[in-house]
Amino acid sequence: MSFIVDRVIPALNDGLIMSLALIVPSSTIGFVLGVCTGVARVFGPRWLRSLGNAFTTLFRGVPLVVQLMILYFGLPNLGIYLEPYAASVIGFILCTGAYQSEYVRGALLSIKQGQIKAASALGFTRLQTILWIVAPQAARRALPGCGNEIIYLIKYSSLAYVISCIELTGEAKILVSRTFRPTEVYLAAGVYYLVMVSAATWILHKLEERFAVPGFCGAKK
Amino acid sequence: MTVSLSPVLSARHISVNLGGKQILDDVSIDVSPGELKVLIGPSGAGKSTFLQCLNFLIPPDTGIISLESHEIDAKNPRALSLYRRQVGMIFQDFNLFDHLTAVDNVAIALRKVAGLSRDEARRRAMAELDRVGLSQKSGLYPAELSGGQKQRVAIARALAMDPKVMLLDEPTSALDPELVGEVLAVIRDLAAGGMTMIMATHQMDFAQALATEILFMEQGRIIEQGSPAELLAPGSGTRTGDFCRRLLDAAPAAAKD
Repeated sequence: MSFIVDRVIPALNDGLIMSLALIVPSSTIGFVLGVCTGVARVFGPRWLRSLGNAFTTLFRGVPLVVQLMILYFGLPNLGIYLEPYAASVIGFILCTGAYQSEYVRGALLSIKQGQIKAASALGFTRLQTILWIVAPQAARRALPGCGNEIIYLIKYSSLAYVISCIELTGEAKILVSRTFRPTEVYLAAGVYYLVMVSAATWILHKLEERFAVPGFCGAKK
Repeated sequence: MTVSLSPVLSARHISVNLGGKQILDDVSIDVSPGELKVLIGPSGAGKSTFLQCLNFLIPPDTGIISLESHEIDAKNPRALSLYRRQVGMIFQDFNLFDHLTAVDNVAIALRKVAGLSRDEARRRAMAELDRVGLSQKSGLYPAELSGGQKQRVAIARALAMDPKVMLLDEPTSALDPELVGEVLAVIRDLAAGGMTMIMATHQMDFAQALATEILFMEQGRIIEQGSPAELLAPGSGTRTGDFCRRLLDAAPAAAKD
């Protein structure tokens, strides 16, 4: 027990701080990127749609570990040197943004054309229609998917240790190599992730409840 | 001066071709203040397309549309928005905004398009809901309303913009039979109040009683037009009369199902 309290928890707490420092900016900026890309892919002019599609294809199509390695080990060949933390956050933002854009795109496409016509008929401009009619509904539709992606991100943030950004998993691995007690250390690390995911799930659930509208997906009536 | 006789809305030589198919072929209409023009005709005749052309939801390939003698430049987004505010549209399937309550459905365009404050918009929206008999339902979402109630909210939403003309695209076709009456009653009140309207419908009793003119469309053209008395007189031998009789013959048969 003293091993857990004296060695594991302090080490993992250090790792947790780094993990949160990765997850919070990656998920928020990644979400904004996903919304912008999703909107561009549905409502943008042709060239912007193609650009958004290409971005999504690229960053959903290449494994995240490979992306991180390219950012950290590959870019120096081009004269671009990134810190492990910066390379990780950039990699996470691009990857999660690509996935989020797919959820947002699906949600935008699910809004009935009739409502867009009705808004136009009332004198709404295209931008006003997107802002006041399409976006509020799409956000509700996209929320479960986007929340799911944030939960994924919490877990794949563990890949940062591969490019020597020492977060929760990295700290656990270092501790194991020093103490040779993998069972306790990795179990404890698992509990840390479980708690983070549970907290995120709870917050997302509250958000869904807060914005629930009768007749929408998931809304209780 | 013949101000009262000059048309509110005038559409000249409207043609639409979609994917090589001629949907509308040189259709024209003039609506004077207070008139109720009824479009009838078989499905696929182009009634809905024509109504949607009149406010550029479907841009016509050729033709000119004027509101109170001002030709509309649909290429100019501001002019188009201003024009559409003055031309209310009612759709067959209501098209209420699913994420907004009844009162917010009416208020949103008042706030975002007409620029009213939140309170003003809400007051006006409540007044419009009251006018269609739904002030008790103002806090309900579309999913909580019946079809007839949804269509009445849609009418209130259009009326709130103070339109000079209303376009109604089969407003009762998606309703259960027992709900048709409440919507027609609202439209009847509008007609009695002098609202200028163009309405596509299969409600022949309604058309016969209230239309100032019936326009019979087929294959993208207006092939007959005239007052209900002229077109529906027994023995008139018109396509309109023939069409109506078939509709009425079909009605009792359908009721037996």
